[in-house]
Amino acid sequence: MAETNGMSAHDQPLLAAEGLSKNFGRLAACRDVSFTLYPGEVLAVVGESGSGKSTLLQLLSAQLAPSGGRVSYCMRDGVMRNLATLGEAERRFLFRTDWGYVHQDPAQGLRMAVSAGANVGERLMAVGWNHYGRIRNTASNWLERVEIDTARIDDAPRTYSGGMRQRLQIARNLVTEPRLVFMDEPTGGLDVSVQARLLDLVRGLVTELGLAAIVVTHDLAVARLLSHRVMVMKSGRVIESGLTDQVLDDPREPYTQLLVSSILPP
Amino acid sequence: MTAMIEIRDAEKTFTMHLQGGVKLPVVSGVSFEVDAGECLVLAGPSGAGKSSILKMIFGNYRCDGGHIGVRHHGALLDIARAEPREILSVRRATIGYVTQFLRAVPRVPTIDVVAEPLLAVGISRDEARDRAAKLLRAVNIPERLWSLSPSTFSGGEQQRVNIARGFISDHPILLLDEPTASLDQKNRDIVVELIAAKKRAGVAIVAIVHDDEVRQAIADRIVDVTTFAAAA
Repeated sequence: MAETNGMSAHDQPLLAAEGLSKNFGRLAACRDVSFTLYPGEVLAVVGESGSGKSTLLQLLSAQLAPSGGRVSYCMRDGVMRNLATLGEAERRFLFRTDWGYVHQDPAQGLRMAVSAGANVGERLMAVGWNHYGRIRNTASNWLERVEIDTARIDDAPRTYSGGMRQRLQIARNLVTEPRLVFMDEPTGGLDVSVQARLLDLVRGLVTELGLAAIVVTHDLAVARLLSHRVMVMKSGRVIESGLTDQVLDDPREPYTQLLVSSILPP
Repeated sequence: MTAMIEIRDAEKTFTMHLQGGVKLPVVSGVSFEVDAGECLVLAGPSGAGKSSILKMIFGNYRCDGGHIGVRHHGALLDIARAEPREILSVRRATIGYVTQFLRAVPRVPTIDVVAEPLLAVGISRDEARDRAAKLLRAVNIPERLWSLSPSTFSGGEQQRVNIARGFISDHPILLLDEPTASLDQKNRDIVVELIAAKKRAGVAIVAIVHDDEVRQAIADRIVDVTTFAAAA
């Protein structure tokens, strides 16, 4: 009965991983991971620390070379390309425009000593914007969208709170209208009230911009709120995957059942 | 009549790995059809598997055997075998699911909670809000509350917000899990009228209702879920 999809517009995958593996010496950090991500889809990768989720994210975003398997990405011209065969210029293009990468620690994704406006504007300049007024306007727009008071545009993120820094990092990533955003524990270091606000914001932006995202998190609540699909990792392997609410409400694997049952009720 | 739902021999068993791998059979041999404009009510004592059947149709619980055919964009799609993104597409365009519990997202105003399913299918914010306002008025949520998040509302108010959210879309299939539980007489009557309007519009409905009066008012057919009791 697979004839009824009605999704032809989205039938071209954005990213495909095939048999991805990564060994660090004798340690297999990532084993035989395969999946396909479509435009507008949000995939959560969950599992405990040490399960291989962060290694997977680095493989997918071409920051780490796989020991086996490959990652293909649909370039803006519609052609699927193996990331390992891209030239340096093409890879840089992806990083500057087509992709975003939100680090758990905003200090890794921001330049802490330059102004918030410059942090956002820098990505625009990297793709050829050169009109100061337009750059400043766009940066200020984005600060508003991530709920940062535009009066703080000239302040450096070192003077910002943790939640503001994380929102600024998101603005910096989204300003070039990427098609795919990688997020590594985006709410990791934030307290609970700030987390809710950030998740709500990210959720809104993802829907509004039709972004695809791969979110690594150990927090099943984050996965439930943000993602359409989830992959559960243990010891470098994907042990269960599917629709997020299906995996969380009807977990099959012993490890997934353990993860789900370990959530403390609010 | 067009069958909107065709279920054949569907079955569900939970395996509790954390409790020594105990198997909990829920239902087996579930078979029924629901036509457009028809309301089928699932009956049976609590624990018989009524909600599990609704969740299997919605793709929330996995189906361990059999077929769950759902008419999606004109052709039957087997939910038991569908890809996650096919199920998401079904939820956007074809199946609505209303429970008595609202899963509120912090900070989102009530009017947008209700309007969201329309935005997801590309309807403009203005039109979506207009339709949300109409429904919120119909279920008696005072206008002064619309700009607030429903997370602080009373249980009954949250339930009515959830009903408005569930009824706003033009989904051709609706699954209702106790939509009138804990509502007063007046609001129960309103929900019965909303269901009747959906039936007139040709929507196929599968419902769980314990209230006899509501059941009498909406059911075209009653299926006794105990006949699907799985052999333990």
